[in-house]
Amino acid sequence: MVKLDEIQKRLIREIADLHEVPAGAYNFRANSALAGRNTTANIDIISKEDGSGIDIHIKPGTVHESVHIPVVLSESGLKETVYNDFFVGEDSDVVIVAGCGIDNCGSQDSEHDGIHRFYVGKNAKVKYVEKHYGSGDGQGKRILNPVTEVYMEEGSSMEMEMVQIKGVDSTERTTIAELKKKASLVVRERLMTHGSQRALSVYKVLLQEEGSSADIVSRSIARDRSYQKLDACIVGNAPCKGHTECDSIIMDEGTILAVPSLEAHHVDASLVHEAAIGKIAGEQLVKLMTLGLTEKEAEEEIINGFLA
Amino acid sequence: MLELKNISFSVNTDGTEKEIIHNLSLTVEDKKFVVITGPNGGGKSSLAKLIAGVEKPTAGRIILDGKDITDLSITERAQEGIAFAFQQPVRFKGIQVITLLRIAAGKPLSVSEACNYLSEVGLCARDYIHREVNASLSGGELKRIEIATVMARHSRLTVFDEPEAGIDLWSFQNLIRIFEAMRVNIQDSSMIIISHQERILNIADEIAVLANGRIEQFGTREEMLPKLIGTSSAQDACSRLK
Ligand SMILES: Nc1ncnc2c1ncn2[C@@H]1O[C@H](COP(=O)(O)OP(=O)(O)OP(=O)(O)O)[C@@H](O)[C@H]1O
Ligand SMILES: [Mg+2]
Repeated sequence: MVKLDEIQKRLIREIADLHEVPAGAYNFRANSALAGRNTTANIDIISKEDGSGIDIHIKPGTVHESVHIPVVLSESGLKETVYNDFFVGEDSDVVIVAGCGIDNCGSQDSEHDGIHRFYVGKNAKVKYVEKHYGSGDGQGKRILNPVTEVYMEEGSSMEMEMVQIKGVDSTERTTIAELKKKASLVVRERLMTHGSQRALSVYKVLLQEEGSSADIVSRSIARDRSYQKLDACIVGNAPCKGHTECDSIIMDEGTILAVPSLEAHHVDASLVHEAAIGKIAGEQLVKLMTLGLTEKEAEEEIINGFLA
Repeated sequence: MLELKNISFSVNTDGTEKEIIHNLSLTVEDKKFVVITGPNGGGKSSLAKLIAGVEKPTAGRIILDGKDITDLSITERAQEGIAFAFQQPVRFKGIQVITLLRIAAGKPLSVSEACNYLSEVGLCARDYIHREVNASLSGGELKRIEIATVMARHSRLTVFDEPEAGIDLWSFQNLIRIFEAMRVNIQDSSMIIISHQERILNIADEIAVLANGRIEQFGTREEMLPKLIGTSSAQDACSRLK
């Protein structure tokens, strides 16, 4: 059974597209307590003995299964640090949906710092989706500081989709990955900040062995007086391929810092980065206005497309 | 009916005003297919932008069906029934072809309705409908998508700025067929096509020659064609290959 109130259910819908209890394994956490858990024959979820988080064990060869581990905070003033460790067995193929929603109507800050570690076994495939969302009109801030560590064995692959579009006042995201032979990592990050929000995102990806590859693409929009910093570093220590792309739209009085960096320690490391920051092109607005949209509607279409 | 009355237009280049359209008047009647031709830099695209509201005239009035639209915004003019296909279409990161067609149609379009518009411009709809209108499209593909979006608007007045530019010869035949069909189905609407192509001049009701910011000649196709054929205003479709 999953015990959630209406606000919590709404948060869950925002971060995980879940309208009911999902099939497969799940662990729902609401206001720092367990609100529901399900395990399957192949996926086990165990609370850590010291209460600091959970361990998720996915048996080798598990295919077409999913794990949902949403976290919601709806009380003002909560601050928590949670450690979730994923042990993904060899040759498995799974979808993992995490995400955190905070509703803060009170005057104290609410903060969730989730530390996720992934041990991805040989030839395993993981699709990981993480959405962040904030709501509530209290003075208290909504703060999320996720740390994601990924250790990828030979031939494994991981696709990460990270989305934060609305309502998070302050975020510091750190993503660290280490890839062995022929492992591949794909990251798609979408970020939009409003008001006086701040968002920092740091990536450090180490391509350790032959044939490993990483592709990190971030698209972001900074509106109002918000601040963003993206720091994406790929290190090539073997014959490998790495690509980073930071593509940002700046609006109003926003600030964007893009600091992509590449480090090669092997002559066959092929590393590329691209970074572009600009405002919405005037001709794009004009085109959509000739199709009958107002300037505001045109802007929304361009933003929606950009973040799609 | 569109009336341009004593339109002048200036641009600011390095702090100095330069007039590029001079006291220009032109009437496009209902049900008419009018082709505007003339040398490069003559002011054709500028005139198209003035009609669509992308630029504002420094003097003169623009009247659509008796209503003065000179001070209306781009959006308001679009809502009044003006459509405009750009000479150089715009690219959008992330926006799909179907989204653009839906915005143009101003209503929800089914995938098959959207596909019809693409098929009409000779694009295999299935391959394109979910493509992003981004840098991955070739110039010719983009140009055809531009024409399809304008067709989806079913406007009272449509302005095409050099629709043939960037379109290969084989597709050019199809393009002519599209314009012929539009002319047959013109009903109460009117069309202005900016073009240098003889095949397009051939299906015009009226032809205007715009050079140096002025309408230098204007008349019916029968009057104008003999004067223009063989000049650079009327290139036949093969001249690029000769
Ligand atoms: N914004 C601008 N700033 C400066 N000059 C401009 C501007 N817009 C147009 N012009 C100039 O006005 C003249 C007319 O330009 P326009 O694009 O209307 O010509 P056109 O007839 O469409 O030419 P083409 O056949 O090459 O498309 C040109 O000399 C052009 O350089
Ligand atoms: Mg032009």
